[in-house]
Amino acid sequence: MKTDDVVIEVKKLKKAYGKNQVLKGIDLKVQRGTMLALLGPNGAGKTTTVKILSTLLKADDGVAKIEGIDVSEDPDAVRRVIGLTGQSAAVDELLTGRENLVMMGELYRLTRKSAKARAQELLEDFDLVKAADRPAKTYSGGMRRRLDLAVSLIAIPPVIFLDEPTTGLDPRSRLAMWEIIRRLMDSGTTILLTTQYLEEADQLADKIVVIDGGKVIAEGTAEELKGKVGNDRLEIGFANASDLNKAKSAIGKNVFASNDKENSITVMVKDTNTDIKDTLNLLSDKKIKVTAVDVHKPTLDDVFLSLTGKTDKKSTEGEK
Amino acid sequence: MAVELEFSKSPRFLQLLNDSVVMIRRSSTHIFRNTDQLLGAFFQPIMFLLLFSAVFGGAISLALPENVDYLDFLMAGIIVQTVAFGSTTTAVAVANDLSKGIVDRFKSLPMSNIALLNGHVVSDLLRNTISTVVMILAGLVIGFRSPASVTDWFLIAALLLLFTFAFSWLSAVVGLLAKSVEGVQWISFVMVFPLTFASTAFVPAEGMPKYLRYFAEHQPITQVIEAVRSLMLGVPTNGSVLRSILWSIGITVVVIPIAAYLFKKKTTN
Repeated sequence: MKTDDVVIEVKKLKKAYGKNQVLKGIDLKVQRGTMLALLGPNGAGKTTTVKILSTLLKADDGVAKIEGIDVSEDPDAVRRVIGLTGQSAAVDELLTGRENLVMMGELYRLTRKSAKARAQELLEDFDLVKAADRPAKTYSGGMRRRLDLAVSLIAIPPVIFLDEPTTGLDPRSRLAMWEIIRRLMDSGTTILLTTQYLEEADQLADKIVVIDGGKVIAEGTAEELKGKVGNDRLEIGFANASDLNKAKSAIGKNVFASNDKENSITVMVKDTNTDIKDTLNLLSDKKIKVTAVDVHKPTLDDVFLSLTGKTDKKSTEGEK
Repeated sequence: MAVELEFSKSPRFLQLLNDSVVMIRRSSTHIFRNTDQLLGAFFQPIMFLLLFSAVFGGAISLALPENVDYLDFLMAGIIVQTVAFGSTTTAVAVANDLSKGIVDRFKSLPMSNIALLNGHVVSDLLRNTISTVVMILAGLVIGFRSPASVTDWFLIAALLLLFTFAFSWLSAVVGLLAKSVEGVQWISFVMVFPLTFASTAFVPAEGMPKYLRYFAEHQPITQVIEAVRSLMLGVPTNGSVLRSILWSIGITVVVIPIAAYLFKKKTTN
């Protein structure tokens, strides 16, 4: 296994729906056995990218190769090496979990015997043994997603696309899903994950590519990206506009954003240990009265704010 | 991973055939898991048979030749009507698949995509066979009798299967064209209801207004009904068997390429 082996390669990928240019030239590279997270708000072009890579859509321009095979030249060959878990759980609701797995296995051209054995193994791995012989429509949201992911692994494809695998899941199911994805990574599978959640990309991915409006706006490891947006955020509220302005001039360039309507500011915290205390002491020394204090982790919104200088309302709605 | 995977080494055409077998198994399983389909296959035919024979029997038997019992006359009509309505299940099933993520899944697999349609059409044949057998049994219970020979029954079965096959493919086209599942149900109804009622399914065409009678006597469903009825009653078929075969084959030959074209267009973008 070569470490410089590129499994997914995307160059200048473009796609428009009518006048709406969804992808404006995306470049990606995913090394063998690593996970790349495509991070961005709704409408950024994440799903469109995955659809093109998994042969569901044709690109207008640019090149996309999986294992060196061009997706537009030989889609069937690409289909043999990929697994796709889309946003809507794509399982047959009237069939049982086991029947779904065996059916998809056979459609991947496994022998029936082999498909059955592999189905049993996946049901055990994904904690679905008890529900194996119940129709999938009786499954909970988390179970359905697990089945959906299991289905895409039936023929052990070397490349997996996970399109927002945890969107809409409750926190416990999300953690269970992360655990499964980590095991998948340990097995050496190359993964492209899309997500709206910085934390998810942070927890799982080797490398993160941030996209917005169909363009790559930043890429790097989770650490590198967080370095750009700082660590924690300190939000301070004031009684009136004059206190707010006094505070702004006292804190200076560390003010990350200010909200004049609510008389509040957001301050970047580089070192949680000292910066919060120092900032509040500074305000107290200047006799500026503080009415509210809140510390929070950087959200996708903060990443966008710092990368593009604009807030994206949709992305925050998705997180709350 | 513990399990050693074994991929099929069959020739490509056998693999493509197996895709259809897998999808037929899927759609056929749906018949027994979906309450709507089960009710449609078992109870609706019995209900129609009992209602029509009881409600119309007395009035219409006056318009029939003296030695023909209404139940014996009705049997062919009600079977063909049930089978025609039953075929529209394909339209609903196709529209349903298209409206869900599962079509994306199938498209991302190295399978033959048309196998999806084959699965729905062939499971229609199975469900319609069940309905027909149920209706004939129920008919026998309430007094249906037929002088038809074993050969006649084989011919009846063949005509009905051929007709179902044609209508299921037509129905697949409806499913591919419609924008929503509700739309499909409505279009199917508007398509099948006039064809089955403006036919000789329930009453002889003699009493209909001139133009309606012309339509009723020449449209495809009437040919199938007449052929099946003549065979069941043991009277001369007057060419209706051949006409019904030609109609069914004609519809199939026209509609399959259209369905394949629409499906390809819908699933590649």
